[in-house]
Amino acid sequence: MSQPLWPYCEKRCSYCNFNKYVVRGGVDEAALRRCLVTEARTLLELSGVRRVESVFFGGGTPSLASPHTVAALLEAVAQAAHLPADVEVTLEANPTSAPGPRLAEFGAAGVNRLSIGLQSLDDAELQLLGRTHSARDALRTLAAARRLFPGRVSVDLMLGLPGQQLGPWLGQLQELLRHCDDHLSLYQLSLERGTALFARVQRRAVPGPDPELAAEMYAEGRALLRAAGFRQYEVSNFARHGALSTHNWTYWQCGQYLGVGPGAHGRFVPHGAGGHTREARIQTLEPDNWMKEVTLFGHGTRKRVPLDELELLEEVLAMGLRTDVGITHQHWQQFEPQLTLWDVFGASAEVTGLRERGLLLLDHRGLRCSWEGLAVLDSLLLTLLPQLQEAWQQRSPTPVPGG
Amino acid sequence: EKPDMSKFPVEDTRNFSIIAHVDHGKSTLADRLLELTGTIDKTKNNKQVLDKLQVERERGITVKAQTASLFYNFEGKQYLLNLIDTPGHVDFSYEVSRSLSACQGVLLVVDANEGIQAQTVANFFLAFEAQLSVIPVINKIDLKNADPGRVEKQIEKVFDIPSDECIKISAKLGTNIESVLQAVIERIPPPKVHRKNPLRALVFDSTFDQYRGVVANVALFDGVVSKGDKIVSAHTQKTYEVNEVGVLIPNEQPTLKLLGFLGLLHMEVFNQRLEQEYNTSVILTTPTVPYKAVLASAKLIKEYREKEITIINPAQFPDKSKVAEYLEPVVLGTIITPDEYTGKIMALCQARRAVQKHLMFIDQNRVMLKYLFPLNEIVVDFYDSLKSLSSGYASFDYEDAGYQTADLVKMDILLNGNIVEELVTVVHKEKAHSVGKTICERLKDSLPRQLFEIAIQAAIGSKIVARETVKAYRKNVLAKCYGGDITRKMKLLKRQAEGKKKLRKIGNIEVPKDAFIKVLKTQSNK
Repeated sequence: MSQPLWPYCEKRCSYCNFNKYVVRGGVDEAALRRCLVTEARTLLELSGVRRVESVFFGGGTPSLASPHTVAALLEAVAQAAHLPADVEVTLEANPTSAPGPRLAEFGAAGVNRLSIGLQSLDDAELQLLGRTHSARDALRTLAAARRLFPGRVSVDLMLGLPGQQLGPWLGQLQELLRHCDDHLSLYQLSLERGTALFARVQRRAVPGPDPELAAEMYAEGRALLRAAGFRQYEVSNFARHGALSTHNWTYWQCGQYLGVGPGAHGRFVPHGAGGHTREARIQTLEPDNWMKEVTLFGHGTRKRVPLDELELLEEVLAMGLRTDVGITHQHWQQFEPQLTLWDVFGASAEVTGLRERGLLLLDHRGLRCSWEGLAVLDSLLLTLLPQLQEAWQQRSPTPVPGG
Repeated sequence: EKPDMSKFPVEDTRNFSIIAHVDHGKSTLADRLLELTGTIDKTKNNKQVLDKLQVERERGITVKAQTASLFYNFEGKQYLLNLIDTPGHVDFSYEVSRSLSACQGVLLVVDANEGIQAQTVANFFLAFEAQLSVIPVINKIDLKNADPGRVEKQIEKVFDIPSDECIKISAKLGTNIESVLQAVIERIPPPKVHRKNPLRALVFDSTFDQYRGVVANVALFDGVVSKGDKIVSAHTQKTYEVNEVGVLIPNEQPTLKLLGFLGLLHMEVFNQRLEQEYNTSVILTTPTVPYKAVLASAKLIKEYREKEITIINPAQFPDKSKVAEYLEPVVLGTIITPDEYTGKIMALCQARRAVQKHLMFIDQNRVMLKYLFPLNEIVVDFYDSLKSLSSGYASFDYEDAGYQTADLVKMDILLNGNIVEELVTVVHKEKAHSVGKTICERLKDSLPRQLFEIAIQAAIGSKIVARETVKAYRKNVLAKCYGGDITRKMKLLKRQAEGKKKLRKIGNIEVPKDAFIKVLKTQSNK
């Protein structure tokens, strides 16, 4: 799938450390649009991708871009590859005070799914986060979105903010449940060095987040959502009535994706250029430099790192276990036809220990975390990854084809 | 070109060392001497050239005494000057005295602003007892607060050396360095060596070269040694064949010495060297001092074959029932401090069970204190606390002072009921609770959370004297993991998995090796 980036925002949120730029005096949208289109075409050719299942407009704040840009990009993708009628086209949007008309225009341009960065229903918290909207704006945007894209709207809610208490936060979640559509993402705040919020916590202007409390919020939050009929299909993502994000699912299943735009990330095999190895790619971060490179070379790829077989399997493991279905035997076999999950993990004493403690399951379906295990996945991976490495190094050599 | 050493007259040789308190400029002076004699290129920016070890460069300290041979022309004659650079930190006094036994004289370097400090005194007495010529050198005269006149008077008062013997220099700027070389030639006697006598040499250092084997630094006292000779070690009686002899322009290679640790810095530096040079992970034990126990019955004395046993390993601490008396080593510590910190320092010493032996003013503002300390009270962080209390102005040195009776007990540290061998400590009964509590707290801060709770306990026998808990992880998973996050997350996970391999497992608890170092460092002044 394709993932274009609009790297500009009105202002930088206090917790954000993404590749984002605040531009005063307007952006040369036409130039940016042309470059996005050019890069999309080039990468589609390089990758040899024939069919695009999903398109995700991220950033930055994509909703600040004009719908014309969205339309132009979709048009370009449709010309270079097959864009099925039911392709999922998601736009990330910030709640604003006048959502309706704008969102409709995006719908007309081809967007059919919306992800709203709501973050909190408490105005004081929204201020702490440096957001540009109020709780009321957020609910209004949510309502407008649901009218335009019924069953296809997602909201983000943060937990573990400085000074947050369990009761009030659960209250927010319950309030949100009364308004939201069929998809919700719960994100624990991560304080990143270099952000304004990090600096404030360091200065003690603001209390640091409490990891114990965050753990409890997460536990109670996910239980509440389960009771409300949501399926927790990934660590942070909840859906009912089958409203999963196709696009994000591709990441966790280690499918191919093309990142278009400044700072975008991609992973694909450059079949079109004669390549056979999956590569991790990142596009040049700074928009002006990126545009120069796209103009000169057709794309602004800053870095290409080939992934060897083991690295790919490690990603399959670490990403797959983030989902509720985990890694099925069939899925694993697509990446590793020789060694089965049983071969890799069946005999390890440490892994057996984790299974006996009810954190991990390995059965006829595959390998996956239990409900409790999902919350501590990164600890489990510290046992699983070395075990994979060991099994990989000790495997009998694959027979040479034709030999 | 290689000089023919056999033709070099002994009378034109000088063996000398540079000794001083830490940071008074020994290594910088060594750099200037090397430059002045053409041993190293003056045009390069030479900084602590002899500090070859990575750990030395990182920390800006000299750990290992290095040696260089310098050739210098003075008044028409060529002289061979063998210089040994020494560490100044109190923790390395063993290296210092070893180097001195190969010399006939020393340059005693004193900072023109700081004046005489504890190691200045300690090193002077080491040289004095070894009957070496002492050339006082006052350094850093270029600095604004330098007061060489005052320092000359101190030197005269404390060491009884006439002020006019002091050479005033700035090693950093290269001022007056020639006078130093002149003094070495004129005031330090040549070694008394009799070439015709049988070989007698002192090995004052050794290194291991992976291509050449053992490289020993020797001072020749008698005789001659050449390639192909067979030499015998007086200590081990082993015979060795000499593959190569040469003049030293040192090229440091790793060496493993078995040393008792004299303090935290020594241990950290040594640990770092082991890691860097051998790429190993090292598990550390709490530093311990050699206690003694006087056995209670004739039967025991027969069993152990002596009446008084030395306890090096706390795990072998004999039970109270077997012992008539426990003894702990004590040292006589010398502290030099500006007067304004005297009160706080006396309180610190008292808290460390020390007894004051002497107090004197060495000039209008500075006091010298002598205390008798139990060694176990100062091994770990006394020096750091002292420095912290006195804003770095106080200096400290110590010497062996025998043993005294002590009320000792063995304390175990347990993690979820498993005894941690490395952390067994022998502690004075008075200090059991506070030491136990500190160890538990430090361990709690340095043990990473696991998927289960960890109970940390300090126990004497079956009695728990302190306890802390590390809570289990309830959530440990990256919230957002989308396209742009994957690379970074995988790198992080793999690095953490690598780190986990180096962890020691106690029961099923993973313990990082630096947990033990952190246990030993206290932040507060006790």
